[in-house]
Amino acid sequence: MSAALEAGASPRRVAWRRAVYRFGQSRLSLVGLALSGLVLAMALFGGLLAPYPEHVAGGIATGARFAPPSLAHPFGTNELGQDVLSLVLAGARVSVLAGLAVVLLGALVGTALGAIAGYAGGWTDEILMRLADLKLTVPGLILAMAVAAALGPGLLNMVVAIALSWWPGFARLVRGEVLARREEPYIVAARAVGVGRVRILLRHLLPNVLTPVIVKVSLDVGFAILAVASLGFIGIGVKPPTPEWGSLLAIARSYMPDFWWMAIFPGLAIFVAVLGFNLLGDGLRDLLDPRTRR
Amino acid sequence: MLGFVLRRIALTIPVLLGLTVLVFAIARLLPGDPVALAAGPNATPAEIEAYAREFGLDRPIPVQYWTYLTGLLSGDMGVSIFTRRPVAEDIAAYLPATLELVLAAMLLAVGLGLPAGLAAAVWRDRWPDTVSRVLALGAISMPRFFLGLLLQLGLAMALGWLPLGGRFPITEDPPPLVTGLLTLDALLAGDLRALGLALQHLLLPAVALSLSPLATIMRMMRASTLEVLSRDYVLTERALGLPEWQIIGKYVARNAVSATLTVIGLYFGWLLGGTVLVETVFDWPGLGLYATKSVVTQDFMPVIGVTLVIGTLFVAINLVVDILYGVVDPRVRVT
Repeated sequence: MSAALEAGASPRRVAWRRAVYRFGQSRLSLVGLALSGLVLAMALFGGLLAPYPEHVAGGIATGARFAPPSLAHPFGTNELGQDVLSLVLAGARVSVLAGLAVVLLGALVGTALGAIAGYAGGWTDEILMRLADLKLTVPGLILAMAVAAALGPGLLNMVVAIALSWWPGFARLVRGEVLARREEPYIVAARAVGVGRVRILLRHLLPNVLTPVIVKVSLDVGFAILAVASLGFIGIGVKPPTPEWGSLLAIARSYMPDFWWMAIFPGLAIFVAVLGFNLLGDGLRDLLDPRTRR
Repeated sequence: MLGFVLRRIALTIPVLLGLTVLVFAIARLLPGDPVALAAGPNATPAEIEAYAREFGLDRPIPVQYWTYLTGLLSGDMGVSIFTRRPVAEDIAAYLPATLELVLAAMLLAVGLGLPAGLAAAVWRDRWPDTVSRVLALGAISMPRFFLGLLLQLGLAMALGWLPLGGRFPITEDPPPLVTGLLTLDALLAGDLRALGLALQHLLLPAVALSLSPLATIMRMMRASTLEVLSRDYVLTERALGLPEWQIIGKYVARNAVSATLTVIGLYFGWLLGGTVLVETVFDWPGLGLYATKSVVTQDFMPVIGVTLVIGTLFVAINLVVDILYGVVDPRVRVT
């Protein structure tokens, strides 16, 4: 590869360029990047782009109820006369940012607990891992539903409820990586010269186990968005008038099949968001995980 | 073999205990007032206090856990504040519908996923492989509830080929109750008409539920078939001039299937989680619909009861899969 031959390029830089090149070779990864970029932009700026911002805030237009898709309302209007396009654009904020928050929270807690379990070993490890095993007894969505029911409705409660079933995956991953590395020469050397445990964990072990964590974050975001939308669909999560994709779909159910546009567009939005992040995650995994390289 | 089975069964006891602790913790230890939740959203402070005393919620936590555990052993899962009916009775009534749906979805996922995966591997990088890859990508990203709505919109509403929801037409007499699984009961009664009706109702929810495990099973089967195809004995068989269909059908498929089957237990968990959404879409009168209705009315004990029952089912299925794995692969029995 020509990048490797360039004079003065550091090995790290060469590896990076090679990775970017390989990522660009995969058409599906690029589609994923484009879709997730679009969805992320919707999450950040969707509310501003909404053609009818007053509908996002809960305003209604009884004169324009159940209008089919048209130039004025590309996605049609709903039972309150609100513009569905505006609601879908604004709904991205809750659905996507809550999905991201779930994964980041799960990754943070899971990485911390997994690293502690792996490095400390003994009873700490035993207790933390048995706690993580509890996740294997209840499917994540059911657990999230029960926790959300106990905490009461609300966006923050929903994020916490889902994250509660998300951290064990990260904890197990990080624990395994830490266990595999804790006796490597550079760690033993650090211990020998008297570096403290906390410092070894933070400065020497964690940076080396971060790559699989990043890969897992990118693979999980799509599924977290799906989980958020699922809880929204069964009626846990944000309360109206805050638009959210799952609950938009739940409301639309009552008005099928005549007013199909109310269901189709929020549903497509969920599908596109999940697909985009899944493709991006797959691409990043192929890029960063040496085991899957061909 | 018996020792292996007994050991595996013994190992699930601490897991089930852990499950009761988890459920209890959700019910009693999370912030939010469990007593107020259990007494219902419209209870007055005096009512809440009376409720707390009646159900022992004012006693120390370990005592409460013990009461809860002994209650569970005698089949007491609390009372719905909405209907005042015992949760355990409701769950017993709804469970067969969920089991029927999950089993049907699993049959679809395994029955279609295994051959499709085999075909994708045999015709690697040709059109069956490409089609399966694209379908798998879409299926995994597709929200089950959206897929269910699309199926309803197309096949039930627009074309009118299949019923919109429910388990059986209310205008017809269901087959005599034996197992609670309508299709099985209809078969047992020899009632083909009832069987047809039950299958019509079962088809769409089962398809909606099965799609993402189907895609995953297909991809796993593809991977394990490719792995088996690269083994030396396949080369030997080819060198000996065995017909290709015999190599694939007799030697490759069998070895690839046993590798794939071992992970199927995990997908049951997936199905048990997904059934909540699919039952809601299709008004399928199972545990999931019961749980979501209870969540919406803030009826807490049924939600906790369903969590416990689905968790127990999940553990039981994994136990069965573990034991089956031991039957298929003797090496597992040793550990």
